[in-house]
Parts: sequence; structure tokens; C-alpha cells
Amino acid sequence: MMNNYYSLLTIMMSNPDNLLSLGWVDSFIIIVYFIFVLGIGYYLLRFTKTGEDFFMAGRKMTAWIAGLSFVAANLGSLELMGWAASAYQYGILATHWYWIGAIPAMLFLGIIMMPFYYISKTHSVPGYLKLRFGEGSSMLSAVSFGFMTVFMSGINMYSMALVMKVVLGWDIHFSIWVSSITVMVYVVLGGLLSAIFNEVLQFMLIWLGALIIPIIGLIETGGWDGMVERISRNFPAGDYTHLWSTMGSFQDNPMGIHWTGIVFGLGLIISFAYWTTDFLVVQRVLSAKDLRSAKMAPIIGAGFKMMVPFIVILPGLLGLAVILPPLVGENQVSAMNPHSYNEVLPLMLARYAGPGLLGLGVTALIAGFMSGMAGNVSAFATVWTYDIYKPMHVNLTKKEESDAYYVKIGRWCTVLGVFVSIGTAYLVQQFASIMDYVQALFSFFVAPLFGTVILGMLWKRATAAGGFWGLFAGIGSSIGMWAWVKIYPGALKYIALSEHAKDMAENMYRALWSWIICVAVTVIVSYLTKPKADSELVGLVRGCTVIPSEGDLPLIKRPIFWASIVFAIFIVLNVIFW
Amino acid sequence: MIENKGISIWFFIGSLLLIYGVAITIANVYEMISPSMEKQIILRELNFGVWWGILLVIIGMIYFINFRPWKKNNNNAE
Repeated sequence: MMNNYYSLLTIMMSNPDNLLSLGWVDSFIIIVYFIFVLGIGYYLLRFTKTGEDFFMAGRKMTAWIAGLSFVAANLGSLELMGWAASAYQYGILATHWYWIGAIPAMLFLGIIMMPFYYISKTHSVPGYLKLRFGEGSSMLSAVSFGFMTVFMSGINMYSMALVMKVVLGWDIHFSIWVSSITVMVYVVLGGLLSAIFNEVLQFMLIWLGALIIPIIGLIETGGWDGMVERISRNFPAGDYTHLWSTMGSFQDNPMGIHWTGIVFGLGLIISFAYWTTDFLVVQRVLSAKDLRSAKMAPIIGAGFKMMVPFIVILPGLLGLAVILPPLVGENQVSAMNPHSYNEVLPLMLARYAGPGLLGLGVTALIAGFMSGMAGNVSAFATVWTYDIYKPMHVNLTKKEESDAYYVKIGRWCTVLGVFVSIGTAYLVQQFASIMDYVQALFSFFVAPLFGTVILGMLWKRATAAGGFWGLFAGIGSSIGMWAWVKIYPGALKYIALSEHAKDMAENMYRALWSWIICVAVTVIVSYLTKPKADSELVGLVRGCTVIPSEGDLPLIKRPIFWASIVFAIFIVLNVIFW
Repeated sequence: MIENKGISIWFFIGSLLLIYGVAITIANVYEMISPSMEKQIILRELNFGVWWGILLVIIGMIYFINFRPWKKNNNNAE
């Protein structure tokens, strides 16, 4: 079987017109990777007996495992290639998505929000909403999350297959089926435990595979200063190496964005919404073995997230310094400029990576995709089983099923999730515009959900009706604003405060308004309806919950200490690259 | 891994890195001895692949030995 697999892979890799061509050792590295991830899934089958094992990894993970998996699950198929391309296009500004667009929110999750998620013993974010606001809000968020997760997974799958076709000449069907069936097998076998273990493995591979480029690149350019000097020489008109100093006006930086958009839109709404309420990432932290580990996991994750620009953004900047003729946009590719900036990472790999290192780099790309997909599929299986199927089943049949029954349903949901993802990937292949619509759909839910969850955790006066109608109004207004601009483009000047705003600015402002509307409606409706008694909010809301003191722990073991260290480094990095 | 039972994830990672390290080192030593003409990489003279392969072997060995399942009193299970 392995020989057949090897032959098939070798045939797939033999196209000489691709950006990269792999040798025997590169193929060997990729094959061994697939054997390992499947082997881990098979091995973990014996530990996956109960629902708690399958859906929550037994809640036995240490802070390190949960933290690494928390960051790895966020890596999608195009994380490495996409952000390297953005760094080539926009310079170091792309780093904002890793620093201000992630670090404060991750620390906030660890220190402020995690105690309520963890003490409530919820298995999901919709599960928390059910405990706090009741069935309505929970079902609304569960259904939207469930569908959007598998659709996004399908889009990522298609994108990954397309990348593999361009870079390596692999057949699209081959990439889609081999990678998704592999993910399906190891998640069905070992559940969240398997997904988390493989994510940690994949995280290591991503680093060891991608680290080659910045190291050799900096040697070639003579260090950071040499790289900056070469970029200035190649692109005298633009400033690609300063994070904040060019953001005083829209015209001064390659992204055409003002600092207020980055700080308030990205830093305060979008990143908090994603990192604190998207169950795909929160599920990893809920698997921690105790509250201190659950608080430490996002802090450890933040530490690693802060370093990711080294393997993602720096290769793009090095591309600006060393690749000539310069790379161009997809629609400007010609005989004079044969490559687009979307290809910057494989071009840099081809430039520096010898035998085996190329295979390691390609394995890093595949691992990035698979960790993202496993995250999507395992989160989908949990939400679909516990938050959608179980309440409907109990309502219809009026009987409780055994734990083993729900594990079986979870395994079938994993299979279902993978096949819906594959279907979506083929649908996107036929109708490319679906990709834009589904990505827009995803953005409708995240910001309002953050409004509902944060009020639920921090304001005990928020009522069930307030939570439901706030979430409903937030999602509805987001869809309404999006449709308004689609039908009447002039509406952009009202929503994004400028008729010249780009898509990114529109998304940020739409998120901001929908969050404000969600919060406002929740507050108004809550004041008009009867709140729950404090006794019903124990373990769910600040002020009604006793959070275990960490006063007896030495300073070095306290989450707040490490959060302060990470935040201080975050500030220093922003100042250094100002 | 799972609270003091079973094989640690770090053992799997160590094993994989060890295999990768050995394969990459062999391939790059061979490349150093008889360089292929078809593909030229920048800074080839640094023999970066050999060093990277050795680094993977060292990291892999550390994890492999420290988290081996047959180690007595292995309380590193995570």
C-alpha cells in the first residue's frame, strides 16, 4: 500500500513546470508525516471512550498542550502563504494581525473570560449561552457556527488544493481527498484528543519547516539593517518596515489605512470577537486539566502567536529585499514579471531550501491546512452533537440517550462535517463567487456574538430575552449593512465613514456597528425584562461567581504574572518596530 | 499525555524529528559530496541542510530519550 502511495505521490510531483519540484527525500518526508498523523489517531482510539474524552479530550491537557493547539488551530491552509504575500504587498503592517490583532484579546480571554467558561463546565460557547441566556441564543449561535465552520473549512480546502496545484502541480482532487480523508480518519478515531495532539505536532513542523527562510534570508541580506536597506533601494517610494509611524494618514502607508481603524476596528472588536468567542479556538482551552492551566493556555498561545511573524511576515519582507524583478498582483503577471506576490513563500523556499528542507517546507504548508481543518471539524462535531442534535432529539423523543450514543453521533458528525466541507470545496471550484459570500456570512456572526458573551459574563442584569434579541439584532444589522452596500454602493460612506474605504475598512466598521447594536439592544431589552436571581447565575457571571484565589501560588506560577510579561514584550516590540 | 498513562505526544514529536533529521542529513551530505547541477540554491556553500538535519537529530533525540515510554518512573507523561 505504501509503495502505491509513494508511486502516486511521485507521479504527482513530476511536473517540471511547477514552482517547486521535489526529490526522493522530500517525498519521503511528506509520506512519513501522513503515516505519523494517522498513527497518532489510531493510537489514541483506546483513550477515547466517553463523550468527555471525544469532545473535550478528557479535560486533561496541560497549559502547554492546550496553548500550542490553541494557536495551531488558528492556522488555516493559507496562513503561511497568505500572510507572506500580504507582507510583500503591505510590508510590516501585516504584523498588526499578529500583535495588536491578537495578543490583547488572547490575554483578555485567559485572565478575564476563561474563569467563567471553565467554572461553568460548558463544552462549547453555545453551551455557555444556553446556561446563561437559554435555548434561543444558544441555538442561534450553534446553527450559525456549525454551518459557517464547515463552509469555511471547504473554502480553505479548495484554496489549499489550488495552492498545491500551482506550487507542486498536484491534482486538485488528489489534494482535497487525501488531506481531508486523513483529517477525518484521525479525528473520528481520537476525537478532540487526536486533533489536539496532531495540532501540537503540526505546530512544531510548521516552525521547523518555515524557519529556514528567515534564517538564510537574513544571512543573505546581512541582517535586519541590510534587508531594510535593500528594500529601500528596490522600492524607494514606499515605507515597508515601520509599524505605526506611517499610519497618521491613509496615504502614507501601503495598506491605505488609518491607525484608528487598526486600533479600534481590528484591535478592539474583530480580534476580541474572534479570539474570545470563536469556539474553534476556545474549545482547545476548555480541554485544559484545571482552571490555572485554562488561564495559562491562551497566555502561552499569545507568546507563540507574537513570534509567528518571524516565519510568516519576515519571509515576505525578505522577498521585497531579494526577489528581482519585483513580484506583482495576480492580474499583472506577464513575461517580464512572471510571478505574483501570492507566490512569494514558495519562491523563497525554492531559493534557499535544498534536499529535504523543501519537503519540510511543503509539509509545513500541508500541516497548516490540516491543523486548521481538524480544528473546524472537531468544533463542528461538538456543537452539532451537543448544541443542535441533543436538544432537538430530547425534545422530539422525550428521552435521554447514553453517553456512548452521543460519542457515536459525534463520530458521524465528524464524517458529515468532512463531506460537507468537500462538497463546499467542489461548489467553490464551480462558482468562485460563493467564496466571497460565505466569508461575508462568517463575518456577520462573530462581532455580535462577542457582544452577547461579554455582557453575559460581566453584567448580571443581562436577561435571557436581552441576550437573544441583542444577538439577533446584531446579526440582522450586520447582514442589513452588507446588503445595503451591495445594492447601493454609495452607502459605504455612511457605514465606513468614507466613500473611498476598501473592503477591509468596511468589514471593520460593520463589525463595530453590529457590536454596538447588539450591546445596545441587549441592554435595552434587559432593562425591560425580569433578570434571573443571583443564585441562578453562580459560575456564569462576574459578581455571582467565586473565582478561586491564586494568592497562595508563588508569583512565577500566577497567570497574571505571565500575562503581564507577554503584554510588556508586546509593547516593546511595537515600540522597536514603530 | 493522558495523566501518567500512554505515550507522550513529545515522544511522537521526537521520533518524527529524529527520522526527518537523519533523512535530511544523509540527503544533504550526499548533495555536498556530489552536487546536482539541475538546481542551484542561494548560499549553497553554507551547507545549511546538513546543519539543519543535525539540529533536527539533536532536538529529536532529546525528546525521544526524555519521553520514551519504556523509561522507568516516567512522570513526564503529557
